[in-house]
Amino acid sequence: MGSVIGTSVKRREDPDLITGKGKFTDDLALPGMLHASIVRSPHAHARIRSVDTSRAAAAAGVVAVYTGQDIADSEAGGVVPVGWLLPNLKTPAHPILAVDTVRYVGDGIAVVVAEGRYQARDAAELVAVDYEPLDAAVDAKGATAEGQPQVHEEAPGNVAFDWDLGDKTAVDAAFEGAAHVASIDLRNSRIVPFAIEPRAALASYDPEKGLTLRMTSQNPHVHRLLMSLASIDLPEHKIRVIAPEVGGGFGSKIHHYPDEAIASWCAMRIGRPVKWTATRSETNMTDAHGRDHVTHAEMALDGDGKILGFRVETYAAMGAYLSTFAPCVPTYLHGTLMSGQYDMPAIHIRVIGTFTNTAPVDAVRGAGRPEATFLIERLMDLAALETGLDPTEVRRRNFVPADAFPYQTQVALAYDSGDYETALDKALDKAGYAELRAEQQKRRDAGDSKLLGIGVCAYIEACGIAPSAVVGALGAQAGLYESAKVRVHPTGTVTVFSGSSAHGQGHLTTFAQIVSDRLGVPLENVDVVEGDTGEIPFGMGTYGSRSAAVGGSAIAKSLDKIIAKGAKIAAHLLEASESDLEFADNAWSVKGSPDKSVAWGDVCLQAYLAHNIPEGIEPGLEETTFYDPANFTYPFGTHIGVVEVDSETGEVEILRYIAVDDCGEQINPMIVEGQVHGGIAYGVGQALWEEAVYDDHGQLLTSTLLDYALPKAHQLPSFELDHTITPCPHNPLGVKGIGEAGTIASPATITNAVIDALAPYGVRHLDMPLEPEKLWRAMHSGEDA
Amino acid sequence: MYPADFDYVRATSAQEAVDLLAQNADSVLLAGGHSLIPMLKLRLTHPARLIDIGRVDEIRGVCEKDSTLRVGSLTTHNEIASSEIVQSQCRFLAEAAGKIGDPQVRNKGTIGGNIAHADPASDLPAVLVAVGATVHLLGPDGNRSIAAGDFFTGLLTTAKAPGEIITEIEIPACCEEGFGCAYLKVEHPASGYAVCGAAARVKMDGGTCAAASLAFNGVTPVVFNAWSDGSPLAGGPADDAAIDAAIDELAIDEPMGDIHASGEYRVALARAYGKRALKAARDRS
Repeated sequence: MGSVIGTSVKRREDPDLITGKGKFTDDLALPGMLHASIVRSPHAHARIRSVDTSRAAAAAGVVAVYTGQDIADSEAGGVVPVGWLLPNLKTPAHPILAVDTVRYVGDGIAVVVAEGRYQARDAAELVAVDYEPLDAAVDAKGATAEGQPQVHEEAPGNVAFDWDLGDKTAVDAAFEGAAHVASIDLRNSRIVPFAIEPRAALASYDPEKGLTLRMTSQNPHVHRLLMSLASIDLPEHKIRVIAPEVGGGFGSKIHHYPDEAIASWCAMRIGRPVKWTATRSETNMTDAHGRDHVTHAEMALDGDGKILGFRVETYAAMGAYLSTFAPCVPTYLHGTLMSGQYDMPAIHIRVIGTFTNTAPVDAVRGAGRPEATFLIERLMDLAALETGLDPTEVRRRNFVPADAFPYQTQVALAYDSGDYETALDKALDKAGYAELRAEQQKRRDAGDSKLLGIGVCAYIEACGIAPSAVVGALGAQAGLYESAKVRVHPTGTVTVFSGSSAHGQGHLTTFAQIVSDRLGVPLENVDVVEGDTGEIPFGMGTYGSRSAAVGGSAIAKSLDKIIAKGAKIAAHLLEASESDLEFADNAWSVKGSPDKSVAWGDVCLQAYLAHNIPEGIEPGLEETTFYDPANFTYPFGTHIGVVEVDSETGEVEILRYIAVDDCGEQINPMIVEGQVHGGIAYGVGQALWEEAVYDDHGQLLTSTLLDYALPKAHQLPSFELDHTITPCPHNPLGVKGIGEAGTIASPATITNAVIDALAPYGVRHLDMPLEPEKLWRAMHSGEDA
Repeated sequence: MYPADFDYVRATSAQEAVDLLAQNADSVLLAGGHSLIPMLKLRLTHPARLIDIGRVDEIRGVCEKDSTLRVGSLTTHNEIASSEIVQSQCRFLAEAAGKIGDPQVRNKGTIGGNIAHADPASDLPAVLVAVGATVHLLGPDGNRSIAAGDFFTGLLTTAKAPGEIITEIEIPACCEEGFGCAYLKVEHPASGYAVCGAAARVKMDGGTCAAASLAFNGVTPVVFNAWSDGSPLAGGPADDAAIDAAIDELAIDEPMGDIHASGEYRVALARAYGKRALKAARDRS
């Protein structure tokens, strides 16, 4: 066996999706279904003096109008909780509809439920809210200044938490002996996750059977749990959450938002199904945003360019409320990555989480790790400038060597395996790095108006999150294992019930490849079921590049149990000793006597007939595993970007993009490439164009795609991809994860390339997005523009 | 999309559209819908009635007549961009139409709808002004014509009366007359509209410039006609130095700005791209 894993099987989910047959939440309808439209605050911060729903309630088709007070007066919990706690974390309540104060543009005030979608929307405009506008705190760091408006009374100075990690004393000592210090002040821009499918929920309620909630979810069991614990008045077993086709998540569909709880509450109250689908602007305003860091950092180096110490202070915006996993993102998904690919003897990081009158911030596209990589890899370029070394050389001198694994960092994580220099060399070779530098010098000498820039980024990420006991100790209010139930049918076909929950990743294909590879059954005899709490034992879902490493490993473990049970039946049928059997080519045979064998199908049938199975063996052939990983996985790689900057206008063209990634073993190389392509594009978007911009009053200036600049295919070059394979040593598949690699590496890659292009102008750093005007100003600031 | 409630009626001829407009002042014409629908979607406009002219074939298509191109107002951007007549006789119009939005937009959006909406960051206005096009209208009082330079009167406003419909755009076959022309564009990273679109037309007679015109989209609230009183290049060599000097002397007042590009930067882009467009047009003459 082993012939199916590692092959580029075409995605089995695509024929339906590309012919429009995919059923997404908004495609679904139930008899008697009503439509909800949520009235949202146009103010970033205001007291609600009164809400008059009378005109809306009297409008055509309107069935009910509810306010935050109606929910507060009900038996429901009525809040969305935070799922990750830190020491001294301030956790102000987040009501699913605001009662007395709104805290960001888009905060829900009331909900209108009507027979028709248009009627609901029309009537929502008739809800009259009397606001007393208040000043807004908008900036991640500025919000902590004296005299700033307070987002929550419980959080003085707008500080949600003040967290640190590492050895401050050791770092201070390291700086005293430093030959060079590289320092940076940067702002990691706020971005919108932007799944193509907006969030949606369809809730239906039966007093006997309970609530069925179809919704855009990356983790239906997590949504069910949080819904039951805090939002509505129903026990967990009376809630079934189903994720139909889900059109992208990028983190945004992990979190438990008010809107899906509001739809559920309304369905229970009215007794008819209620659908809510976000408009594009609503999604832009209310999906948890990403990044929004203000950071100061310094790196101490010795005379040879070896890192001695690294100190970081980051203000990380939490937004108006703590989203589900928000406190974890800038701390344990960011602070713990501060060693990068490098052997750093002393590290200290402090992260101050702040409340601001903006949309909440949570895990988006790499979640914390892109911010960490961006910071470290910008500083490595600045370290190169300080030391006079080539950017690749300063990295090379500091890499954790290939023979040093497992490697314990100074910031809690222990890297499992890696070979960083090989990936760097492969990328440099593919790029023709020396020739590129020669071309750059030639252009600079000639005063060419097309400035060439070369950017290198050597990244590491922590994926496959992760050992439950470890994350529990760090504050997670959940375990981070994954479940897999493998059901072999009497005819030998297989259904896998996985707790992972794909929303574009291709699990129907890759998980079936794992089954086909291990059992030798054809792919078409394997089905994969995900995204339904009514069918799956339990699940932590899909995010953090964890599905192959954790969900896939759970499947592999269940398959091992199936094979072990099958071997007992086969041995009984063959009247042979179990230890004399081997399982290959979809059959058990006696070692050395291949003619003495029993086929897979016969064993499966016998397992269910149970006419002739060994004593003490139960009939049936079905196994479940809850796989809890031993460690995170640590994918890595080197990306190289080559850009051309027009010195007259500041416009940037990406000439080439080279990516060498190591995600361990690859189940399906085509899907790996697809993930890398999408990830790179996403990160390039942040580097060059994307930004969620709030003005000083907390108004979101980028609420539509006319203003928010997602990357487009014609703006990107054809990516040049390659890989190395360093298997993960601690999971049965040797896989590490690839979902976020591109988006973690590309912001720093492109930024480093653009700053490199501007080196003749003395530019050392510019914040993302690197829009042409910013570059033009940096180049022409000394001239009369 | 969830617009406010509206009535819908389909016109079968230009005259019927004019008659329908006269019946109800709170009506708007729907052609390709690529300007109107986004406004409806965001509830920025609430017309009582849409008059769909999308199937009025008498005002669709491109033909050449008496050294002018006649482009029906319902002709799509894609039809213009891929028209051999336009490509050979008014190359920069084909270039501009081919740079609007994406294929879906170009397959639905029309030239008439585009100029009636008069978005200053759209791609067609500068070309029509630079080439000296004429806009033909049909209204309650019959036909009338307006020079493109007089048609665009302000941000999202034109000289078209509310009861009128654009029937045709008449465009000089400038390439046949010895002009070279070029449209260069800096695309807005989000919307794809022009942050700066430079439309240039230059006619060389040996080493001497016989005529030149230049207009910009995206820089000012209404299309910016650089040399409405005649080009400073005319009668001179129109070499690189002359073009650079002419552009450097250009005064561009009250530019537009947004979070992606300030007015000051748009003016800098206009200078850079004005020079590039003029040089490209000259080299094609």
